[in-house]
Amino acid sequence: MIDEPVQRLDEGALRTLVPRVLAGLVRRGEDFDAAEDALQEALLEALRVWPEHPPRDPRAWLTTVATRRVVDARRREAARHRREETTYAEPRPAATEEGDDTLFLLFCCCHPDLAPASQVALTLRAVGGLTTREIADAFYVPEATMAQRISRAKRTLRGRRLDQPGDLAIGLRVLYLVYTAGHAGRVDLAGEAIRLARQLTLATEEPEARGLLALMLLNHARLPARLDPEGRIVTLDRQDRGLWDTREIAEGVRVLQSALAVQTEERRPGRYQIEAAVAALHDDAASAEETDWPQILAWYDDLVALTEDPVRQDPAAMLGRAVAVGHVLGAAAGLRETDRLREVIGDRHRWHAVRGHLYELDGDLPAAASAYAEAARRATNVAERDHLVRQAARARVG
Amino acid sequence: MPKYLLLKHYRGGPEPHRPVPPMDQWAPEDVEAHMAFLRHVSELLEKNGEYVDAQALTPARTWVRYGGPDAAAVTTDGPLPETSDLVAGWYMIDVESHERAVELAAYVSSEPGPGGEPLYEWIDVREVMSEAPSEG
Repeated sequence: MIDEPVQRLDEGALRTLVPRVLAGLVRRGEDFDAAEDALQEALLEALRVWPEHPPRDPRAWLTTVATRRVVDARRREAARHRREETTYAEPRPAATEEGDDTLFLLFCCCHPDLAPASQVALTLRAVGGLTTREIADAFYVPEATMAQRISRAKRTLRGRRLDQPGDLAIGLRVLYLVYTAGHAGRVDLAGEAIRLARQLTLATEEPEARGLLALMLLNHARLPARLDPEGRIVTLDRQDRGLWDTREIAEGVRVLQSALAVQTEERRPGRYQIEAAVAALHDDAASAEETDWPQILAWYDDLVALTEDPVRQDPAAMLGRAVAVGHVLGAAAGLRETDRLREVIGDRHRWHAVRGHLYELDGDLPAAASAYAEAARRATNVAERDHLVRQAARARVG
Repeated sequence: MPKYLLLKHYRGGPEPHRPVPPMDQWAPEDVEAHMAFLRHVSELLEKNGEYVDAQALTPARTWVRYGGPDAAAVTTDGPLPETSDLVAGWYMIDVESHERAVELAAYVSSEPGPGGEPLYEWIDVREVMSEAPSEG
């Protein structure tokens, strides 16, 4: 998009540009905090100037103006100390790939000193290029609250060295948090998470990055069928599979295969690849009855083998496995699996909901109704609560 | 325009006018009718320009107080945890008058219950204190 006249620089292109300019400034040693502020000022200036005087190279323009703002800010601060201020030559855009900048900025935003909520907010702001208003809307908090959360996060990063390679696992977890938050809010965070994960796969060979992208795509493909026109939850077995996005499924499968292809006996697939494989098997079934449960169970066996003590360390995986056990070995066997989890997650709505499903599979509708009702009482989400009340009422009449 | 909170309760309040079992024991079509009515109320308030907020609360409750210097916070599920007042959720509305708030609360209370008959649920109407001193 460099050299493109600004009139044709749409919002999407500008949002791709912003993280690259920011990454350039931070790489050069500017404080993340100061660089981000300066870039925001530069963007305001661009809105004012560009309509009349479109720049030849928007990226270089933004870099130059933001650099001047950083220097101005530093000069104001240094004036009191009468220190010699640093001056910068006209910057040349670094010849880095777009994906590298994404990865670099993601590491900055997912600094381990930040709380997860701050990592998410900062990532959306600095990597995703969303406005504070949009991020606030996505999480249903007042704009001032989100602005405060972001500026506190930036202050935490002040003075930190940001040139170390970061922890990719944290970055992936943050993107997954963004994705899962995306189903509820008014802003398309799920789409944003997919966009960022796609950029990330350009920058790292790590198969888990591709596993995460595949997992998001394969779940996102079913989104159009997940709610009915009244906003009611439709479970996987009742969804209209004709509404699934076949292009997203095809891409997800392709990405997953490319990740699995580089695995060896010593280097087994990680969590996201395994969960993506389960999602792919669901997506692959033409009807609920044709679901390949034995294969799904095999993947769940791999998933629970990732932790030493899965009952305590990964009860969510054990619960998913219990459903697969119920479909392969019978509902009673599945229920016995959930018994092992009672002590750890017996107070959570999902545990009761899974038992309701397994009792229903077993033909024990009164027990299913009670389990669904228990689950409804513990739900923390209105749509899920309403869904579970409906399931209970439906099971009770048989 | 004054703001009011229309509070719905899981339990507590005056003697129920029409005792009903929990919703998971209603006929499925009655559950659907009830939920459709609640959606309709929110849409109506938004259309009238009277809607501020609507939220539901989970039934889990923890009472918390300061435990004193160097002590952990003190928590309990309260006196009479099985029978005490328990708020289930609210509508926050911005309306012309107290009369309008009462009218809307009565409408909410007419929500269909088992058999499609009104629930006659008691709604707790509370005025929100305003920040600014009143004019005049």
